Amino acid sequence: MTMMFPKDGDLKAGLRRADGLPAEPAADLFTPEPLAESVREELAKPAPTFWKEARERLFKNKGAVISLAVLLILSIMAIVGPSMNEFTYREQHIPHSNLPPKIGGLEWLGFNGKDVAGTDVYAERGIETNYWFGTDEFGRDLWTRVWKGTQISLFIALVAAALDLIIGVIYGGISAYYGGRIDNVMQRIIEILTGIPNLIVIILFILILEPGIRSIILAMIITGWVGMARVVRGQMLQLKGQEFVLASRTLGASDSRLLRKHLLPNVMGPIIVTVMFTIPTAIFFEAFLSFIGLGLQAPLASLGVLIEDGYDAIRSFPYKLLIPAVVISLVMISFNLLADGLRDALDPKMRK
Amino acid sequence: MDQNILEVDNLHVSFKTRNGAVPAVRGVSFTLKKGETLAIVGESGSGKSVTAKSIMQLLPKQNTVIPDGAIRYEGKDMLKFSKKEIQAVRGSDISMVFQDPMTSLNPTMKIGKQIMEGLSRHTALTKKQARQRAKEMLELVGIPNPESRLDAYPHQFSGGMRQRVVIAIALACNPKILIADEPTTALDVTIQAQILRLMRNLQEKMDTGIILITHDLGVVANMADRVAVMYAGEVVEQGTLDEIFYRPQHPYTLGLLRSMPNLDASRAEPLIPIPGSPPDPSALGTGCPFAARCPYTMKVCHDYNPGAIAMSETQAVRCWLHDERTPAGHVPAEIKEGRRSAEEAAAEAEGVTA
Amino acid sequence: MKSYLLKRFMYAVITLFIIVTATFLLMQLLPGTPYSNAEKLTESQRAILDAKYGLDKPVAVQYLTYVGNLLQGDLGYSFQYQGRTVMSMIGDRVGPSAFIGLQGLVFGAILGLILGIVSALRHNTWLDYSSVTLAVLGMSIPSFVFAALMQYYIGVKLGWLPVALWENYWSTIMPSLALSVTVTATVARFIRSEMLEVLGQDYVTTARAKGLNESGVIWKHVIRNALIPVVTMLGPLAVSIMTGTLVIEKIFGVPGLGEQFTLSILVLDYSVIMGITLFYSALFIAVVFIVDVLYGFLDPRIDLKGGSQA
Repeated sequence: MTMMFPKDGDLKAGLRRADGLPAEPAADLFTPEPLAESVREELAKPAPTFWKEARERLFKNKGAVISLAVLLILSIMAIVGPSMNEFTYREQHIPHSNLPPKIGGLEWLGFNGKDVAGTDVYAERGIETNYWFGTDEFGRDLWTRVWKGTQISLFIALVAAALDLIIGVIYGGISAYYGGRIDNVMQRIIEILTGIPNLIVIILFILILEPGIRSIILAMIITGWVGMARVVRGQMLQLKGQEFVLASRTLGASDSRLLRKHLLPNVMGPIIVTVMFTIPTAIFFEAFLSFIGLGLQAPLASLGVLIEDGYDAIRSFPYKLLIPAVVISLVMISFNLLADGLRDALDPKMRK
Repeated sequence: MDQNILEVDNLHVSFKTRNGAVPAVRGVSFTLKKGETLAIVGESGSGKSVTAKSIMQLLPKQNTVIPDGAIRYEGKDMLKFSKKEIQAVRGSDISMVFQDPMTSLNPTMKIGKQIMEGLSRHTALTKKQARQRAKEMLELVGIPNPESRLDAYPHQFSGGMRQRVVIAIALACNPKILIADEPTTALDVTIQAQILRLMRNLQEKMDTGIILITHDLGVVANMADRVAVMYAGEVVEQGTLDEIFYRPQHPYTLGLLRSMPNLDASRAEPLIPIPGSPPDPSALGTGCPFAARCPYTMKVCHDYNPGAIAMSETQAVRCWLHDERTPAGHVPAEIKEGRRSAEEAAAEAEGVTA
Repeated sequence: MKSYLLKRFMYAVITLFIIVTATFLLMQLLPGTPYSNAEKLTESQRAILDAKYGLDKPVAVQYLTYVGNLLQGDLGYSFQYQGRTVMSMIGDRVGPSAFIGLQGLVFGAILGLILGIVSALRHNTWLDYSSVTLAVLGMSIPSFVFAALMQYYIGVKLGWLPVALWENYWSTIMPSLALSVTVTATVARFIRSEMLEVLGQDYVTTARAKGLNESGVIWKHVIRNALIPVVTMLGPLAVSIMTGTLVIEKIFGVPGLGEQFTLSILVLDYSVIMGITLFYSALFIAVVFIVDVLYGFLDPRIDLKGGSQA
């Protein structure tokens, strides 16, 4: 039994002290002195707000930060890239067809104007102008077309995601707000819709609509909103029954405060994350449709159209496939990583 | 009989985090004898569960460090055990019951199998014998129709019944020590009493030493022989049940007792909550961790953390109030004279001597 | 309980019925005529053809005929290939698709399980980081981009595997691998997060506290519980495989359903498009239904047989 006690039964055994203070507390320290009120308050640090905390978590995630930077750069390029040289995305110049990419100073990266056989096509055909990403079989500048294509792909994805969001929030919101029979019927509808493979629906709709940007967007949102509606409804229902909402209402929180402090942070997280995952899916579907011949029609360019064209010429002109393939992969990876990062940042419960 | 089967000596446990190591247990020492119940009391975050889990070495290895201390089971330091050795002790010599019976059973495994797992690991019983033993265990913990219940899944049991199953699993191999980490916190009050009674009965039958982790002083009063009070990773006071309840020597213990409702109407006292909340373990200074919340803080408390001082054969406390330099007038009467009035104490003393 | 199965079955039937109706209506809305050489047809030839395909009857009658035929497994005739039924065309083509699809599913499931389990067991080590990276790449890079690059580098440049011939087993490997990329990534991510969740569960600590050795804990308690929800992934995985076959068969010249589908789109062979659409939808609905049933059997918490004993 003795082992648990210091042998000499003295308060000094096992004593800890601050650096620079004498080992033995001086006798004059034994005077009552409760902590000042200010010091007490200092001990209880104020909790950082939800958004600030989320932002900090997001910026700690290297993958998400890099993805954000990559997406920014790609978006800027998608906007300014097509006007960075004198060519337009639809202008054909047959004498300059099928030129490999050439960028002065970046020859070591493969932008050397040489074809698969290793001959310098520019020198051979006596062409002075450098085409940074090369040209296609009609002599159209691929630099311009790739960035124009990125622009169109991003545009389609963003609009589709935004429309999904609007429809999903309205549908899910109504379903959760009214509840009861309305909710029941609306949920049955959703349950049936999720049973239909959305790719099939998209293909069927594209078939009856005129091919083009608008049809692709329309076809994608026909089933795309279902996921968002489920998320919104789920979140709303969960919050409706949650005690902290009731508690703050009981404490006299105003509706706007309730919305701002409690509902928004809790609903917004999953919504933002869902949107972020919708965007790469939409980009994929656009490229997919173009690849099977249901997408945009020439001379319009999207990443999918470029990949399709590039695939047809892969043996002789691999750069035609590689460049748009790299761009679409970068976009998809960045969106996925950013979405992952956002999910981790916005939903601490799901953090692993 | 008076042999300590478990001795925890100056145990330190830290968790590695992004911002460096955070101490969770800071120099905890206590002992446990055969057939005895030691209650470890404290608020959440005081390090009581970490202490319990570190005895069984159930803390995640990647982010736990035990920089100092020893945990001696029958004289051997378990911290120096190999993986195999510690696995041989777990479940056979020392077992554990967890807080939430809803989550501590594997939802996809029949409960008979879950009881038999430990048996086949630690004993030479055949499958048939193990099943028989599992059935006996279910009977022992008071589950009706044990034979048919062996093939049931956890979700087919109520919370109280599940905790009985958990106890059956823990006691299947006749362990010498049972560590119960808040075994009744997640249960209804009526079920709580049943589970505690069950644990006491089984303890008598098997002579098991119990370490009972709880924040509920009512449970402590019901079960414990001795009590250790933890605060911010330290045992600030320990002693026998009577010493802790009637002659608490640490302001924190006193605060805990004052904030507990007393059913004895003749001595109705106002409930006094302890102000503030426990300190952030990553920002502990060198002073007494309770200084910020203590009503009797002195200058010395901010910079110097007191060591333990023995108040009796069985009671020890870490508090500067017991230093001879502390002005006599500063020590509150309840600490000086005990929580009962002098007459009551005298009456009891008389009763004892008579 | 039976009612659970019945309910799931009713949903499957209703969904299928809605798809059937929708495809029929879409057929009515489709632009142009269903005949390959419509311009050259005279009025009378057209009338004969219309009569042959039943297009001269009122829409309601056409619909009933259509549903009635479907119930007998009759999907009608191809508008492009004279005298061929859609059903026989699907029958001819389903084999290769099923083979590369199932093989891709198996490749992906095995690879994904290994990656995910290793990742979770070595959480926050370089092994974890690299398999997470692989999974993100697999999720992100479109399967047809991956297929095209694989065909170019492995088939054309290295010459290890046949490029776009369908002759022997070796021809099936690249298409299956291309299909398995998304599957691998999805399964790896899913099983990793399931494993991490299960590893944090109290019952795993209980199992350790019983003195089981670590491999016993992992196999009997962690992996088993983490694997059960993977079954729910079969639906999305089936979709991803079906989506994949549409493009990947085109790339590798696999004479499967997907190739037929893309071909039919190009020549606007609507009855075949609709037939394959229905076939894929039915397959998907069947998979979802099977998953529901399977999950009920695997997880004892979902009660299929009726009232619990408690």
